[in-house]
Amino acid sequence: MTEARNPNTEPDWSEYRGVLVVVEQREGKARPVSWQLLGIGRQLAQKLEVDTLALVMGQDVEHLAREAISYGADKVYLADDPVLKDYRTFPYSRVCLELIREIKPEIVLFGATYTGRDLAGAIATHLPTGLTADSTMLDVEPPPSRLLLASRPAFSEKMVATILCKKYRPQMATARPGVFDALPRDPSRQGEIIPFRCPVKEEDVAARVLDFIQDEQKVHLEDASVIVAGGRGLGSPDGFKMLKELADALGGVVGASRAVVEAGWISHDHQVGQTGHTVRPKLYIAVGISGAVQHVVGMQNSDVIVAINKDPSAPIFKIAHYGVVGDWSQIVPAMIEEVKKRRGLLPVEKA
Amino acid sequence: MLHIVVCVKQVPDSREIRIHPKTNTLIRQGVPAIANFYDMHGLEEALRIKDQHGARITVITMGPPPAEKTLKECISLGADEAILVTDRKFAGADTLATSYVLAKAIQKAAEEFGPVDLVFCGKQTLDGDTGQVGPGIACRLDLEQLTYVEKVVRLDVEKRRITVHRHLEDGVEVVETRLPALITALQEMNKVRRASLPGMIRAARYKPIVWTVKDFSDIDVSKIGLKGSPTIVAKSWVPEQKPVDGEILEDTPPEEAARQLVDKLWETELPEKLGWDAEREEVAP
Repeated sequence: MTEARNPNTEPDWSEYRGVLVVVEQREGKARPVSWQLLGIGRQLAQKLEVDTLALVMGQDVEHLAREAISYGADKVYLADDPVLKDYRTFPYSRVCLELIREIKPEIVLFGATYTGRDLAGAIATHLPTGLTADSTMLDVEPPPSRLLLASRPAFSEKMVATILCKKYRPQMATARPGVFDALPRDPSRQGEIIPFRCPVKEEDVAARVLDFIQDEQKVHLEDASVIVAGGRGLGSPDGFKMLKELADALGGVVGASRAVVEAGWISHDHQVGQTGHTVRPKLYIAVGISGAVQHVVGMQNSDVIVAINKDPSAPIFKIAHYGVVGDWSQIVPAMIEEVKKRRGLLPVEKA
Repeated sequence: MLHIVVCVKQVPDSREIRIHPKTNTLIRQGVPAIANFYDMHGLEEALRIKDQHGARITVITMGPPPAEKTLKECISLGADEAILVTDRKFAGADTLATSYVLAKAIQKAAEEFGPVDLVFCGKQTLDGDTGQVGPGIACRLDLEQLTYVEKVVRLDVEKRRITVHRHLEDGVEVVETRLPALITALQEMNKVRRASLPGMIRAARYKPIVWTVKDFSDIDVSKIGLKGSPTIVAKSWVPEQKPVDGEILEDTPPEEAARQLVDKLWETELPEKLGWDAEREEVAP
C-alpha cells in the first residue's frame, strides 16, 4: 500500500494537519461515542504527531468543551449559539464546513449515529471529499503517507473492507458506537477552548424541531454490561420472555440475532450484527444462536461469552469461553434460579 | 400538482451472499437482485401522498440495464414515469459520485416534468449500507434534509410545509420544514402495497426512459464513476474469528449444567466488575 509516489503529481496536503472529532450532544449531554472517538482520534494523532481537535456545537455547552479536554482533546472549538440548540442539518453543517475550511484537519471523525451520519453525509458532499461509513477499525499509515485506513463491514458484515481517500482532504469517516475505547476521564488534563462563531442566523433556517418524544423503553445494547441474546434456536418469540427474566436477574438487556429480528420476533433495536449494533459487554450470553459470521463480528469482543445451544457443532462454541450443549428451555430457568440465589434476589427464608 | 421523485436501487440481496468456506471468497452466483427495500417504503409514501393530494411520481435509478426490472416494479405499484440512468462511465461510483449523477438526473427530470417538491430515498442500501447518498443529493440540490424518517405526519401543500417523525437512538424527533425536501425512509414508515392488475399490465408494457452520459448537457465527467469517487477499497477480507478454547459442558443434566455455568461465571472477575459482590453482602450480611 505504500507504493512510491511521484512528487510532481501527488497533491501537497502539508497544510492539512490534525485529527478533528465532532462531538455529538443532545440537551447538553454528550453521546458516549464522542469520547470513544477522542480515544481513537488521539491514538491516530499521536502516530501522526499532530493535535487532537474537537468541535462542540450547541447552546450552553461549554461544559462539554471541558469534558472533551478531559477525554483527550488538545484544542476544542466551541460553537455555542441559540441557533445550535437542537441539531439541524443546515446550521450544524455550516459550522463544520467553516471550521474545516479554516483549520484544515487531515482527518475528521463523526459517530455513526443517526445524527452523525446525517451531518457527515452533508459535509462530505459540500467539501467535497471521501467519507467512509460505519468504520469499525481506524488506523493511519505513518508519515509521510499519513493515509487514514478506515475499515468497515461489507456484504452484510460477512467481510471487512479497508477504504482509503487518497486524492481529497480531509479524510472523513463515521465510526460505530461501542467499538473504540474512550480514554479514562482526566479532569486535570490541560487544553485550549477556542470560541467559534456560528455563521447561520435563525431566520435562514427552515427546519424547526417541534418536539422530542423520549422512548424510555428503548434498549441500549452499546451501553449494556450484560446482554442475553436469543436466536432461531428459541423456537418462537415467546422464548424472549425467559431471556428477559435472565437478563433482569443479571442486570442486563436482551439482544437478538438478525434472523429473528427479520422474522419479526423482536424489534430492530435488539439486533446484534448487521446494520445493528456492535456490542462489547462484560458478559454476553448467546442462547439458541448458531454464530453466523455477521453475528459474531458484532459481539466477539465481549469480555466473557457464554453459549447455550443444542447443536454441539454450532460455530458459536468456537468463540465461547463457557458453553452448554443442551436444551435452553431447561437450562435458562435453572440459571435464573441460580443467579437469583447468588445475588440474594430470592425471598430470604427465615432461619 | 406535486412532483415527487423516488430514488431506487437494484441490489444483490446481500443477505443471501455466502462466503466460500475453503477459499474465503464471496459466492455471488445465484444471489437474487432485488429492489432495495428501504427505497420501496419511500415509493409507498410517495404513492400515499399521490392518493391523498394528487402527485406525479418519477422513479429514478442509476445502474446497469437489468435494473429495468426494479423500475417496472415501481410502475406496477403506481409510479408515473421511470428513468434508468445507465452508462459504463457511471460504473464504480462511490457515494459522492452517485449523489452527483442522481442530483443531475433529478434536475433533468425537473426540467422535463416540472419542478420537484419532494425526493424520497431509502435510509441506506442493502449492499452499500452507508446512508450517504440521500444527504448527498439534498446537499447538491439545496433540498431540506430529513433523514431516518419513520412517519410523515403532515404535508401542507398550500403552505409548502412538511412535518415528519425522525427516528433517533433514544426517541423520536418531530421536525417541520419547507418544501422542497428530501426524505430518507425507514421500514417503519409504512407497509408497501401490492401491485394492482392494471398496474401490472401497465408495467408489462412500460418502457423506462433511458438516460446515458450524453443525454446530460452539463455533466462533468471528472465527477462520475470510478474517476469521480474519492474513496477506494484498498482490500477486503473475511474477519477472523478468534477461536477460544472454552469450557463446553456436554451431556450434563440441565440443572447441574446451569449450576456449574453460574459457578464458572462467579469465579471470573464478573461479580466484582458488575458490582454483584458488594450487593450480595448488603442483601445478606
